[in-house]
This record gives sequence, C-alpha cells and structure tokens, in this order.
Amino acid sequence: MSTTTPLNGRQAAAAPETGPGYDVRRTLPLRVEIVRQFRRRRTLVAFGILLVLPWILVAAFKIGGDPGPDGIPSLVDVATSSALNFALFALFVSVGFLLVVAVALFCGDTVASEAGWSSLRYLLAAPVPRARLLRQKLVVALGYAAVAVVSLPLMSLVAGTVAFGWGSVELPTGGSVPVSTALGRMGIIVGYALISQLVVAALAFLLSVTTDSPLGAVGGAVGLVIVSNILDAVTALGDWRDFLPTHWMYSWMDALQPEIQWTGMAKGTAISMAYALILFALAFRRFRTRDVVS
Amino acid sequence: MKVTSTIERLRGRWDRVGRTARRVTAAGGALVLVGGGGLVWGLAAGGDAPVRTLQQRIQVMDGPKDDQRVTLDTTFYRPVGGGKGPAVLLGHGFGGSKDDVRAEAEELAREGYAVLAWSARGFGKSTGEIALNSPDYEVKDVRQLIDWLAKRPEVQLDGPGDPRVGMAGESYGGAIALLTAGHDKRVDAIAPQITWNDLADALFPNATGEGADKGVFKKLWAGIFFSSGMGEGPAAQENACGRFMPAVCDMYQEIAETGRPTPAAIEMLKRSSPAAVAGQIKVPSLIVQGQSDSLFPLDHGDANARAIARNGAPVSVVWFQGGHDGGDPETGRVRGLVRDWFDRYLERKAPSGGADDGFTVTRAGGIDSSTQSVVIEAAGTRTYPGLASGTRTLALTGREQTIHNPAGGSPASISALPGLGALGNLGDLGGAGLTSQLPVDMPGQSATFDTAALAQPVQLTGAATVRIKVTGKGDIPLFAKLYDVAPGGASPARRLAAPLRVEKADTGREVTVTLPAMDYRFDRGHRLRLVVATTDMGFATPPQPASFKVAAVSGLTVPAVPSLHTTAAPLPAWVWILPGVALAVAAGILVTGRGRRGRGRAGLLGSAETFDPARAGVPLQITGLTKAYKNGHLAVDDLSFSVEKGQVLGLLGPNGAGKTTTLRMLMGLIHPDAGEIRIFGRRVTPGAPVLSRLGSFVEGPGFLPHLSGRDNLDLYWRATGRPAEEAHLDEALKIADLGAALDRAVRTYSQGMRQRLAIAQAMLGLPDLLVLDEPTNGLDPPQIREMRDVLIRYAAEGRTVIVSSHLLSEVEMTCTHAVVMSRGRRVAAGPVAEIVGSGRRLEDAFLEIISAGNGSGVEGTAKVAGNGKGEA
Repeated sequence: MSTTTPLNGRQAAAAPETGPGYDVRRTLPLRVEIVRQFRRRRTLVAFGILLVLPWILVAAFKIGGDPGPDGIPSLVDVATSSALNFALFALFVSVGFLLVVAVALFCGDTVASEAGWSSLRYLLAAPVPRARLLRQKLVVALGYAAVAVVSLPLMSLVAGTVAFGWGSVELPTGGSVPVSTALGRMGIIVGYALISQLVVAALAFLLSVTTDSPLGAVGGAVGLVIVSNILDAVTALGDWRDFLPTHWMYSWMDALQPEIQWTGMAKGTAISMAYALILFALAFRRFRTRDVVS
Repeated sequence: MKVTSTIERLRGRWDRVGRTARRVTAAGGALVLVGGGGLVWGLAAGGDAPVRTLQQRIQVMDGPKDDQRVTLDTTFYRPVGGGKGPAVLLGHGFGGSKDDVRAEAEELAREGYAVLAWSARGFGKSTGEIALNSPDYEVKDVRQLIDWLAKRPEVQLDGPGDPRVGMAGESYGGAIALLTAGHDKRVDAIAPQITWNDLADALFPNATGEGADKGVFKKLWAGIFFSSGMGEGPAAQENACGRFMPAVCDMYQEIAETGRPTPAAIEMLKRSSPAAVAGQIKVPSLIVQGQSDSLFPLDHGDANARAIARNGAPVSVVWFQGGHDGGDPETGRVRGLVRDWFDRYLERKAPSGGADDGFTVTRAGGIDSSTQSVVIEAAGTRTYPGLASGTRTLALTGREQTIHNPAGGSPASISALPGLGALGNLGDLGGAGLTSQLPVDMPGQSATFDTAALAQPVQLTGAATVRIKVTGKGDIPLFAKLYDVAPGGASPARRLAAPLRVEKADTGREVTVTLPAMDYRFDRGHRLRLVVATTDMGFATPPQPASFKVAAVSGLTVPAVPSLHTTAAPLPAWVWILPGVALAVAAGILVTGRGRRGRGRAGLLGSAETFDPARAGVPLQITGLTKAYKNGHLAVDDLSFSVEKGQVLGLLGPNGAGKTTTLRMLMGLIHPDAGEIRIFGRRVTPGAPVLSRLGSFVEGPGFLPHLSGRDNLDLYWRATGRPAEEAHLDEALKIADLGAALDRAVRTYSQGMRQRLAIAQAMLGLPDLLVLDEPTNGLDPPQIREMRDVLIRYAAEGRTVIVSSHLLSEVEMTCTHAVVMSRGRRVAAGPVAEIVGSGRRLEDAFLEIISAGNGSGVEGTAKVAGNGKGEA
C-alpha cells in the first residue's frame, strides 16, 4: 500500500471535520439504494409473480371458459369482456392479499434485511445519518412497492389485450364505460390502490426498523391486514369499522359505477394517510434513538 | 354483492306497506267551542332539548250547516326557548294519527315553532267520521284549529285572530294543507308531501288526458287506501264502512265493485281535491312528491305546483326517492327542506342550506361499497321546469303488434306495487340484472317499440309522450310503460305504468299517451322501450278475452332538464380532520423524544461543544464512557483512554470486557449513557460527519450476499457519497486479495474471504483512524503476517490503527500501545513494552492484570491509574 498524504501536510490542515469529499447530502443516493435492492432474489421473485399472474389467470379463463353470472353481480362475471375488465378483475383478486404481501415485502424488508446482513452498521458508520438513511430507504421501498402495484394491472392489460381484445369496460351491474373514460378510471383505481396500501407500507416499515428479522416485519404487516379484515367482518362494531385500516381497501370499486362515488375513497384516503403518517413518524423516532446491535 | 341487502330492504318495504298506506290521513276542524277534554302538560323526551307539550281535546263544529260537534285529539308542542313563534300545523297520513308526526313536531318546536298536531276526524282518538278532506268537514275543523292557535300565547300573530301559521303533512295530511290554504287566507305557507292534486284522477288515471270519467280504476291502491280508513276495533267489526262517512263509503263500494267511476263519485272526489281550490292557493308552497309513488305520482305534484305558481306564489318542487310505493324516505333531507321553507316564509330568515332551488330531484348516485347502501344525491335547478321541458323526439321502431287481454284479466303484468318502490333505486343504477328477475310482462300481452341505441346517455326528467294507434273492439284499457333496454336485458325504468282507456277504436284510433313522469338516466348504448300492455296487477281490467292491435305513430318525445346540477354530499368532517390530526401527532412524535439522550446529537448546533479545537490532533479520546444495557448489565464502566497519531493501539480484554460495545459506541451505533468519545476533537454522535474519517470493521463483515465483492465495495463507497477517486479501491482490493472471486456473489465466500473483504472495505478512502475488531480471524498465517505489515505501515504513514484482539501474540507483534479492559473497565493502558515489562510475555502480563482487576475492581482501577502514564 502506498503513502498518500504526507503526515505534515495533514497536520497543517485545520483539522478537517470529514474525510475528503464527504458531503452528507450525497450519502446513500437513491440510485445506489435502487441497485442495492434490485438484484435481490426476493425483489425479482416478487415482480416475477406479479407479472406472471395475469397470464396464469388468462390460462385459467381459457381452460375454464367464460364465467357466467351466478346471480350475484361481480367483476368475475365480466372479467373476460375486455382487457380493461380483465385488468380490473386481476386487481380485484390481488388487492386484498397479493399486493399487500408485495408492499409489505418491499417496505418491511428494507431495513431489517440490512440489519440481518450486518451491513446496516457499516452504512451508519460511513456515516449515513439515520434520518437520511431511513428516508432514502423509504423512498426506494415505496417506489418498488408502487411499481409492484402498478405492474400487475399493466401486465394484465397486456395479457387481457392478447387474450380478450381491447374494448370498453362492462360494469358488473350492467352498463358499459367507453375506453377513454375507462382509462381515466383505471388511473384513479390504481392511484387509490396505492394510497390504500400506504398503511401496510407504513406498518411494515415501522416493524422493519424495530426488528432484525425481515420475515417478522413482512409477516407482522400482513398479520395486521388479516386481523383488520377479521374485525371488519364483525358487523356489531358498527361505525367503528370505518376506522379499521383495511375497511376501505376495496373502495376503488366505487369508480366502477356509472357515476364515480368519491366518498368511500375519500374516507379511505384519510384513514390510510392518517395511519401511515403516525406509523412513519414512529419509525423515524424509533430508529433515531435505537441502539444498533445487530 | 348487493343482492342480500337488497332483498332485506325489500322485505322491510313489504313489512311497511301497512304503515305506508296509513300515511294518507286527514284532519278536520270546525269552531273551537270548548277547550275541553283532558288537559295534560307533558314533557316529550328527546335526545336534545326537551319539548313541552300540551295534550288537549278540542271541540269543533262542522258539517254543511256547521252543526256537527266533533272532538279532535291534539298535541300542542310549545316552542323551545319560550317566547312567541310561528305556528305549524302537522297533519298525518291516512290511517294514522297525531302521534305519527311527533318526531317532526319536536324538531320544529326546537327550532322555535309552536306546533299543533291533531288526529283528523275519524282517526285516532278524535271523534267523527272520515269525509275525505271535505271542505264541509275536515277543512272546517282545521280552520277552527287555527282559531285556537290564534289564542295561544306562544303563537306569533299577523293580526287579530290571524296567527302566523304554516301547514305540512304527508299524503292525506298534505292534501288538507293545500285545501285549507285554499279556503283560509290565514295560512301563510304550506309544505304538502306526496299528496294528490285531483283524487278522481289519482284513482281513475287516464294517460290520454281524456279525464277520470274514462280512467282506469287503480284498484289495488284504492283498496289499501280505503281499508286503512276502516280503523280497528269495534267500528271495523260492526259495519263494512268502519269510520267512513256513509256517503263516502257507498261511493267507494260502488266504484270498487264496478271498476268504473260514477259522475257522483267523481264529483265527490273532486270536491276533496286541491284542484278544486287551485285558484285560491296563493301562499308559498313546497311541493314534495315521491318518485316511487304510483298512488299519487309526480304529475299530481306537478299539477299542484303549476296551479299555485299561476297564482303568483313562490313554489318549489322536490322529487325524492320515496313515496307510497316505498323506497328511501329520505326523512332527514325532506324534513330539512320543510324546515328551511318555514324558516324562510314564516320566520322570514334566509334559508340555512342556501338552497333556494325551485326544483330538486334526488338521484341514486351509486352504491357506497363499504355500507352497501345506495348513495342519494340531490340535483337542483333554479326554477321548476314542469314535466315537458327540453323535449326531443327519438324515433321508435316496431311494427303494429297484436296483443291479447287474457280471460279473467289474469295473469297480469306487474309494474308498480306497494313496496316495490325500493327496486326503483336499483334500476336507476343500472341494476337491470336484479329487477329483470321479477316477472313483469306476460307473454302475448304487450307490444314493444324501441328507440335506436343511444349514442349519448339520456337523462329523462319529466313525462315522455308518444302517439299510438289502437285498433280493436270495445273499451280497451291499456298500460303504457317505459323500459330501459341494456345490452344484457330490459328492465322497467321506474316501476310505473300510465293507464289509458281507448274507446270506439273499431277502425283504429290515435291517442297521445303521457307516460309516467320520472327522473331516469338511460345509459349510452341503451335503448328506450315503449311497452303497451293489456293488463296490470294494480288496476281493474275487464275479464273478457280480447285482442287489439297497437302501433306507434310518432317518435317518443323525451323531456330533459339539463340545468339540473348535482351537488355532492359533503364528506364527514373527520375525513379532513383526521389526516391533519395525524400530521400533528406525527410531528409531535418526531419532535419529542429528541431530548432524552440527545444533548450532543443536535449535530452542528452547539459546535463549541461538539468540537474542541485543542484536541483536533488527537485521533481518539474517550472520557468517562459508560454504557449499561437494558437488562442492567454494565458493559462499559467509566472508560477513559486516548490514542495518538501513528499509534497502533491494541484493545485487549477477555470476552465480555466491553471491547465491542466500546467500538460500537465509537461508530455511533449505540448511545453511551455517560461520557463522550471524540475523534479529532469532535464528539461522536450517531451519523456525525467526523465518522467519515473513521474506517471500521467491527464484529464481523456485513455485505449484501446477492452482490459480488466488487459490487459491494463499489456500492458501499457510493453510499458514502464521496468521490470515486478518494476510494483508493485498488489498494483496498490488494489487501482483500480475492482474485477472481471478487466478481462472485458474496454468499459464496468463505469466512476468511469475507473477513478480508471487510477489512478492505474499512480501508476504503484510507481513513485517518482505522478500527479493526479481530482482524486476523479466519486468515491463514501468511495472510496474518501480511495483515500485520499492512497495519504497521498504515500507522507509520501518520494514521492511527486500533485493533481489538484475543491473540495476544498478534497484539504484541503489531501494536505500539495497548489498553486492557476487564468487566467494562480499563485495567491497564500504555505502551505495550511498558505493560509487558521487561522479560515477560504479554500473555503473562495480561493474565496478571486481568486477575488483579477481577479480584478487586476498585483496587485494579486505582492500580492502573497509578501506572497510567500510558494515557497520553
């Protein structure tokens, strides 16, 4: 190893606070974190499932034939009417669990896995300030989660176009929406799906900074959704159910009516945002004072 | 999805049929002779302010000659808050009593109104017989109730004997409001709901406009209407007329038996109709009519509204979802509108809702997915446009068709039925799948004529008209209806039928048919269908089998009111408040909890404290460092030492001595409970920038296992944000000495390879202070020797190296200085040679120091302090 700066020169300098070129605002850039996360098998498997699922559904409909109405109008009755219908159906069947798992995976794994690999302490000693580390990781995790939520309907549109053709959306209650309107509605639906998953993301993130076990963080967030869904089934709770984090998870279906009903989505947004804000704040506070011993 | 709830609601509707029918009530009055009867003051318990009531039997005189004495059972609700207020007379529905309006009366009383509710003659505990809101009976009764009101101290007067008074009520109670306003100038405002304009037209409707004498008998509703006036108990048992006045009873029995009106019956029904006094109703009127109402359909409200508007009085029309057939009663909305109306025209206040729309239609806007309930929205426009505004004509296709009347008139089509109103809502939402499951038309009994598929949605508001040609023998009752034909199937657009009677059509006769008034949206791609049927379950049809031909000779003229504007229902306040509160709580969470440990963590603030220039040249100084873990274990106890430039310091101690904890605090990973660590004079806090001058390898390597060694180092350096040329990657890689393995994923590495890579990572950027924890673990002897040389050379360049190790020989060979720790305390410090003493091996010295330290901590410390010259 060779000599770099002469000793005398270093002493003459007025005791630099940092190593050469260090700037806190440049630590852990987003694109570095994106690359760090992207090549993980977990990331690739999650995206793989989300991108393959629409084709599996297409195969299922091709094998099983077109669904017929069974008395209760639902999205599955009209799933094969057009690509947009198919995408809506794919979203409908995945929003309650698959997307929850995907979102919990990206947000729950991000800090806990670094702790598990022990790489967290080297990042913190680099030093990446804790709040900044958390912020950068959160942005990237939310970004991956959002791409995951968006990729499913997009791939469903592709698969649906190939399998069922492009056309206006048939509503399960009767009536149809032209493509131009339907694409806008689709945007609203996906946007709302993202917002409604925010509470899952926030809880997973909080658990992620609390535990060193990635699976614990992901499982904890998914567990919350399950418990919330169970409580939601207890109709005796009445209006209290309005404040369950998952109560409004399917409110995006209000955008599938002849006239969009905003009330449910507005309430769901308020609930999801409120929970998420508090959980994120708790995550930052927790991480700020936590002893990193992993 | 929604089937269950729909059926439940439907069932609820059926249960309510009796009650619905009962709404059709009356009131009566004549001169108040004696304020007799039981005089009882009471308190009506409510959720809000209690309302004081006065139960009283008021005697009135009525009849054509004002000679029949009747006692009316009344409840007077005093205005809450005392003082004088305008009066409101609340009538009840047919078959009901004054108790039906208690809730509404209390609400009005709380708003400062003096409210009088009464049981009309022939109902409840009032005496007398039902005269069907006759001007000679019920109207006279109410006029005397107004006299009574004029004497109440709580009631505001417009003049002597003239109280400020409004009237409201549903159905029978609404008709008396209209009739009284037509007969008594003292009434100042009215709000009749779901009531009739012409009772003859209501019971014998005729969509050709040729009048009730040729109308079709609405037998089902008429039967329910009259039977609900029978009353219960002895009167109903004694005779078939119950509490009806014999003349009324005879009239009904005659028309019900034949299904055809007599001139006398029509004359009697017309006398009981607001239409008879339409020219005299000159007060502000809020006309509320139901969209699910086949008994008094929307055209009755329309006739009332137009008649009153012609007299120059302000009129506002409301079409709500409910009605006699059922559907959403929208109680809160309707009562609010009534209250606003009285506020405006009795109290002369500006309306609270700001809604001074002349026309309001409520529409099913969709289904709230969380409650599975139908969302009702109100659309309004400034003026009431009537039933035929903004018309356009849609061409109808369909040949002339032959339809048959079944023998006995059965089976009959089903359109409107009491209780079926709830389905109207769903039809509005495009719930064709649901409504079409109910049988509607029987085969061979109906002719259909369709429009083309709509290129744009059509919102029909009003009554569509069409001209048809009917050919057939005899007297032909027909039923014209509108259907909404979706691509998936046809369903009634509102379950309403317009009956018509065509006579003398042996060679064909053309008539113009006015279809039922409604507010209905036909979607894009749907068709409108005109259905002309021979039967309808709600109406009397002839038993003789017959066949007719029906053809449409004109297009369908469809009215619309494009100016109707929907204002969305406001969201509950918590939708806005909750995120705000959460934001505040989140801010609170972040702001608090900073203080507990954080003096120094304020970072750049307090830089005088965080930076001590005097010690800027000291690579590491630890003072009084103490750390206890949560379980109470004191891992580091008042540790102090410092390291100078050029030193290679060995940190020695048995397991659990607190070496690693000290190094973790040095890296800012855990928070000391007391004491401080300064690197180049700067206090170490989590993420302190000075840590960028520290390279560390503590407690094993930490890499992303899915990335190669090279990528790990590369990404780590990029994560520090420092320029690539500062990394000196080649020198680090030389130390790692991984060869081709550098481009394999780290998960494939052996322990030693990871170890070397981690040391290389610690040396990236050639930090001024290098901290290595057990650096030689997993290295083979040549590598250990190489490592030793690297560290010595590194320090010789003016940098500082701290090595913690168990391998005493390593420390002895590598280090210039050493700090010995035991149980979290420093037990010795100084140049290695000094600690070892002459002629001893480090191992012996170490064991001796440790055992001394363990024997007596205090003593040991004192001893170390004694020979602590090593602490520079």
